[in-house]
Amino acid sequence: MSSTANLSQPSTFDVQTLRNDFPILSQTVRGKPLVYLDNAATTQKPQCVIDAISEFYQNDYSNVHRGVHTLSEQATVAYENVRKKVQKHFNAVSEKEIIFVRGATEAINLVAQSYGGSYIKAGDEILISAMEHHSNIVPWQMLCKQSGATLKVIPINQQGELDQELFEKLLSPQTRLLALSHMSNALGTINPVKQMIAQAHQHGIPVLLDGAQAAPHMQVDVQDLDCDFYAASGHKLYAPTGIGILYGKQQLLEAMPPWQGGGDMIRRVTFEETEYAPLPYKFEAGTPSIVDTIGLGAALDYLNTIGLDAIASHEAELLAYCQQRAEEIPQLKPIGTASDKGAIFSFVLERVHPHDIGTAMDHLGIAIRAGHHCAMPVMDYYQVPATARASFGLYNTMEEVDVLIDGIKQVIEVFG
Amino acid sequence: MLQDEMRNLYQEVIFDHNRNPRNFHVMKNANRVVDGYNPLCGDRLTLYLSIDDDDMIKDASFQGEGCAISTASVSLMTEMIKGKTVEQAEQLFEQFHSITTSHDDEIKLEELGKLAVLAGVREYPSRVKCATLPWHTMNAAVKNDATSVTTE
Repeated sequence: MSSTANLSQPSTFDVQTLRNDFPILSQTVRGKPLVYLDNAATTQKPQCVIDAISEFYQNDYSNVHRGVHTLSEQATVAYENVRKKVQKHFNAVSEKEIIFVRGATEAINLVAQSYGGSYIKAGDEILISAMEHHSNIVPWQMLCKQSGATLKVIPINQQGELDQELFEKLLSPQTRLLALSHMSNALGTINPVKQMIAQAHQHGIPVLLDGAQAAPHMQVDVQDLDCDFYAASGHKLYAPTGIGILYGKQQLLEAMPPWQGGGDMIRRVTFEETEYAPLPYKFEAGTPSIVDTIGLGAALDYLNTIGLDAIASHEAELLAYCQQRAEEIPQLKPIGTASDKGAIFSFVLERVHPHDIGTAMDHLGIAIRAGHHCAMPVMDYYQVPATARASFGLYNTMEEVDVLIDGIKQVIEVFG
Repeated sequence: MLQDEMRNLYQEVIFDHNRNPRNFHVMKNANRVVDGYNPLCGDRLTLYLSIDDDDMIKDASFQGEGCAISTASVSLMTEMIKGKTVEQAEQLFEQFHSITTSHDDEIKLEELGKLAVLAGVREYPSRVKCATLPWHTMNAAVKNDATSVTTE
């Protein structure tokens, strides 16, 4: 094992203490201490989130926005308080701009169907990038099929960065929307979104950011970015599955038709006509995922107590150390070497298939992802069927990086 | 040792076939060519068979890229079906199918010959399809009912 002494931790960030907040991390897998490095797929939950869910069911649970009884009023207040927390966390202007959805995927589908369905017509163009997750490709392809619009793609280079010259050229008078990953799940690339949004806006083109990966790793300020829509998933933010966030600028959301119809999104219904509820309820048909939303609130409190800047700097150290140690392994080729990168280390090994790497790592207690990461076009670009991916979270340690690197060396010994 | 811990899945025969796959080439005079694709992991293989008028598999080969399990599985399979009739190959497919889906006590490993080395995948649900892709591809090839197969 290499020395980690030269890499000091910020004094306020004590990873060992934080690890104690996550009960799942103390278990063993196949007799080895669990090393959980699949945070880009989903993050583990701190005790405070687990407790918030359990306590809410025990003490406060009821439906929201409906009853006049005490429990319903309590549940409604708690639910709406989370909306305020989300608004504050992402620095939205108003709570009306925060729509609760199932996840980032649903957020993007909502925009594609409601905004796209209204404003994108035959002959128009939708611009995405070559590093998008399938969830920021397929909804737009579906919309293109419905509307007769065309999908255009900003290419990437070998480092996994977007080609900014071609991006500028792809902004055409027909472009109606730019839908872009804030941070790539397959490569870790953090795109220069603020500048790209400004460029798109110069052409009058609104921008949706897929923030599923970025939101857990950095402080996101939607006003500073000036994005028009921002999509994020709770379960990647140390919150439960089943709850996601769509931010949209109020004037855009006001002009958009509802996506799904049902209860809670109406003001008045007759058989002739329905008057829709105001924002944000217009986009929240049916009983929402109430308790998962409560869990999201607890997760945001937890993250903000630690501070996303502190988390980002801890993860940057983990990534830098991982990249440095990976250089010891000549058979290892990193996939995605952008200069601005989040805590994702995607790689391939000579003569060892990623699925074999994944299974072998599991025998060492190490959970990594092996596959195409729902980004098949990225795999095609690098001409690999799949990659192995270690992705870090706030609770990962330098020692775990050592275990990973040591594990990769053992895998090469066995399979190479 | 890692290798010892993984022994129930990765037997020596599997490492051997992965490092030196048998019948790994394009067959120019093949009369059945079927592509197998596993969308879960992106693995692709092309299976070539030469079947004569008496339904005898005269030759079998493959091309493609996959993990150790799928490469060993297809390499072993091409060895096993060469010289077999279509009917025998279909029986082998059935046998293989039962190995990878049934419980320990239902099958007698000693009767399976070379196939037994692949039985370990039963304990790894996420890897079963790696082993089964070549066999489904072969089943489609001998039945001559498809030119491409996926595991989904």
